[in-house]
This record gives sequence, C-alpha cells and structure tokens, in this order.
Amino acid sequence: MHIKDTIEGSFHIVGGDFSRAGEASTEIKSILQSLGFNKEIVRRAAIATFEAEMNIIIYTTAGILRYEITPERIKIIAQDMGPGIEDIELAMQEGYSTAPDWVREMGWGSGMGLPNMKKNSDEFRIDSVVGEGTTVEMVIYLDNTKD
Amino acid sequence: MKLERIIHSLDAVVITKFMSDGDEIEWACATDLMSEVLYYSKDSSVLITGLTKQQAIRTADIADIRVVVFTRGKEPDTPTIELANEKRITLLITPYSMFTACGRLYEAGLRCCPE
Repeated sequence: MHIKDTIEGSFHIVGGDFSRAGEASTEIKSILQSLGFNKEIVRRAAIATFEAEMNIIIYTTAGILRYEITPERIKIIAQDMGPGIEDIELAMQEGYSTAPDWVREMGWGSGMGLPNMKKNSDEFRIDSVVGEGTTVEMVIYLDNTKD
Repeated sequence: MKLERIIHSLDAVVITKFMSDGDEIEWACATDLMSEVLYYSKDSSVLITGLTKQQAIRTADIADIRVVVFTRGKEPDTPTIELANEKRITLLITPYSMFTACGRLYEAGLRCCPE
C-alpha cells in the first residue's frame, strides 16, 4: 500500500492517568501496521511514541501527541504543558531521572525515556522552557520496504 | 526455545495463551523497568518481570513481545488479564523468583536479548 497524501491525527493525553497509559501509542502503532509498513519501522515508531506518551503522563498535567505520516517519513510530535526541563543535556543522559518513587513502582522513571526516543528516531529534536512545557519532535524515515 | 519448554522449565501456570506449544521464542528480557524492555528487547522475546501490572502487558505489546512471565507467583489483577487477552499476549505465572526463573531458562538454553 502506498501513501499518496499526508495522514495525520492527534491524541490528548492526561497527566497522571496510568490506567489509559499507552492507548494512544497502541492506536498509532495499529495505524502504521494497517498501512503495511516494515515491522522494524513500526516497532521503532511505536517505542519512541510510547516513551513520549509516558513522559507526558508521568511529568505533566496534560499534553498532545500528534502524528503525521507522509510517503517519506513518520513524524511524531509530543507537546506538553509540564514543568519543562532545566538541563536538557543532563536529561538526555542514560539513567538520569527526576521521577518520584510512585512512578518507579509502576516500572517507569529509570532515566531511559529520552535516550530511547532518540535511539529509535532518525531525527530527534527537543525544546523546553521551564515553567511552560516541552516539545519533542521525532522523525522516522520510511525506506519503502514493506512486509 | 519452544513455548512448551519455557512453561515446563518455569513450572508456570498459564493465564492466557495465544500461541501454540511449538512456537519458538528466541530471546529473554528480564527486568522490572519498562524502558529497559523498550530499549534492549528484541521481538520474539519472552519478558520476565515482577511488575504484575497493565504496564508490563502494554509495554510488551508495543515492543512486539508475545509472552510475559510474572515471577514469584504474583497474580495479576483482572484489568491486567483483560489487557493480555485484548492484545493476545500469552501470560504465564512462575512460582520462582526472577533470579531462579532466569537461571532455569538459561540452563535450558535460552539467552539474553543481544544488545
């Protein structure tokens, strides 16, 4: 299946809502699977999206997860109204985390989220303003190989 | 390793099952940290974890992991089992600790996901 136009959509994510955590990413993964993309590309996009969704749930009051699929690439944008990140370089280090204990008890907050998003993206950008929020933009190229 | 052998090695109770006994599992990933699953695992792995919550099932599904083992006989709550059913994840419970469960699977020939 070839995509001729841009396919896009968005999900509103509510901070702290662990019961629905991952639903948006699962839905985006289903869309990518239904388009017949290569399994590894779908997996990378799903993992990057899930980490971004979890960060909104863990650290912020609310945010939006957007996806945009063109014939060349998948773009995921996660924009939140959270506290912002003071030191992005530090936050990008594997193992660095400011997550509280209750988040760790849920299996998250090990300081691998941002590095994992970067690892699974071909392009990765992060902008953050303390007190205003953070925007993460991830691009995954489609090599047009299909399963 | 065949699913049947994993079940046998771990003396596991089968909670949900969407694979046949002869289906092959190539690798193992053992952790309670979900980002580690997402970072290090491969598809066609079994996830061994003490995190008996929906998050473990959701993470497995995102990472294309089809088998999840809960350690120390910890029983999941109903929403977790329902999610495993919805996502067609095979869910097992072993009475063994994480250490022993991993040791038994290693002894049987299963290896860690390559980094």
